[in-house]
Amino acid sequence: MKYSYYPGCTLRNKAKDLDEYARASARALGFELEEIEDWQCCGGVYPLGTDEIATKLSSVRALNQAKEKGQDLVTICSACHHVIKRVNDDMKNVEDIRTRANNYMQLDEPYEGETTVLHYLEVLRDKVGFDKLKEKVVNPLTGKKIGAYYGCLLLRPGKIMAFDDPENPTIMEDFIRALGAEPVIYPYRNECCGGYISLKEKEMSQNMCQKIEDSAKGFGADMLITACPLCKYNLNKNASSELPVYYFTELLAEALGVKEEVAK
Amino acid sequence: MRNEHSAAEKIKEISGTNPLKCMKCGKCSATCPSFNEMDIKPHQFVSYVVNEDIEALVNSKSLWKCLSCFACVERCPRDVKPGKLIDAARQLVVREKGGDYLKADEIPELLDPELPQQLLVSAFRRYRR
Repeated sequence: MKYSYYPGCTLRNKAKDLDEYARASARALGFELEEIEDWQCCGGVYPLGTDEIATKLSSVRALNQAKEKGQDLVTICSACHHVIKRVNDDMKNVEDIRTRANNYMQLDEPYEGETTVLHYLEVLRDKVGFDKLKEKVVNPLTGKKIGAYYGCLLLRPGKIMAFDDPENPTIMEDFIRALGAEPVIYPYRNECCGGYISLKEKEMSQNMCQKIEDSAKGFGADMLITACPLCKYNLNKNASSELPVYYFTELLAEALGVKEEVAK
Repeated sequence: MRNEHSAAEKIKEISGTNPLKCMKCGKCSATCPSFNEMDIKPHQFVSYVVNEDIEALVNSKSLWKCLSCFACVERCPRDVKPGKLIDAARQLVVREKGGDYLKADEIPELLDPELPQQLLVSAFRRYRR
């Protein structure tokens, strides 16, 4: 199976490992991520204003490329996923945005939200299947107690993201189980790390990240996993760092026995 | 001085939400991770827009404390979405000349070697035009 793939700015730079582990794991699982050409930064945050069109166009371009190839569009970074999925929803359901974005784009055929946007975890759950993933694990992470950190962007708004139950998600816990480890469910797993606030107001993010870490630790986690480079940065920088934070793809690559291949 | 009425209408237009639907349950403020840092709280935002008290709103430090985490948006039982109202008020400010909350000159001092690109682009998009 071949998917169009949108890596995003950070996966080409500070979060290269998030991308490389994902690609190596995809090969091991028998699917291919075909990077779309000339993708542009998603902007990091979804432009909330209903009158904002230009800031949504980079997503529309990516979505349209996937449509032309007849492929689903896969993302990994939580922020890219959030932005592209929401813009796709606008293009499908908000007539004013659809019309005005297409006026800019001047495509041969207007883009109307045809592409399916999948997060890498959704590919694992819905396309590969966690039972199949479990069969492919050669190096089960037995004995590890892992707290899934969802954060905000994958889950909310639940109606549009349609990723999982926004208040009681299970996808990352099921993923952890498939790798042979034990998921630790803790109350702060879908609370905010502070996001972009850590640029100018570090102490606010410190307050939030410490609560998240304390919550996970209190429930017995010995590490956290995330899909988001900014969550990882904030949790590493703005909490006491007693719990290591990994990208979910790193543990995936480890369990599939392909981690070394990336390290080279 | 802004025209308070037209500014309130503009906030409703940009946000696409109807503050009159609010039933004042306070769930947005109860769930907001930035509540302690805000001078005007999320549930109060709604009243400021309804009462067309926009000058106070756009000068509120709350505009720069909102994380766009969508906790209030998700948990609002009336679909009023205070986070979108806050963003619209922020837009009124950053769309005006001199309204940027983050200036490019500030960036070098804020950088550290691990800082992800995502943080800069997100902050730029929320804090300036």
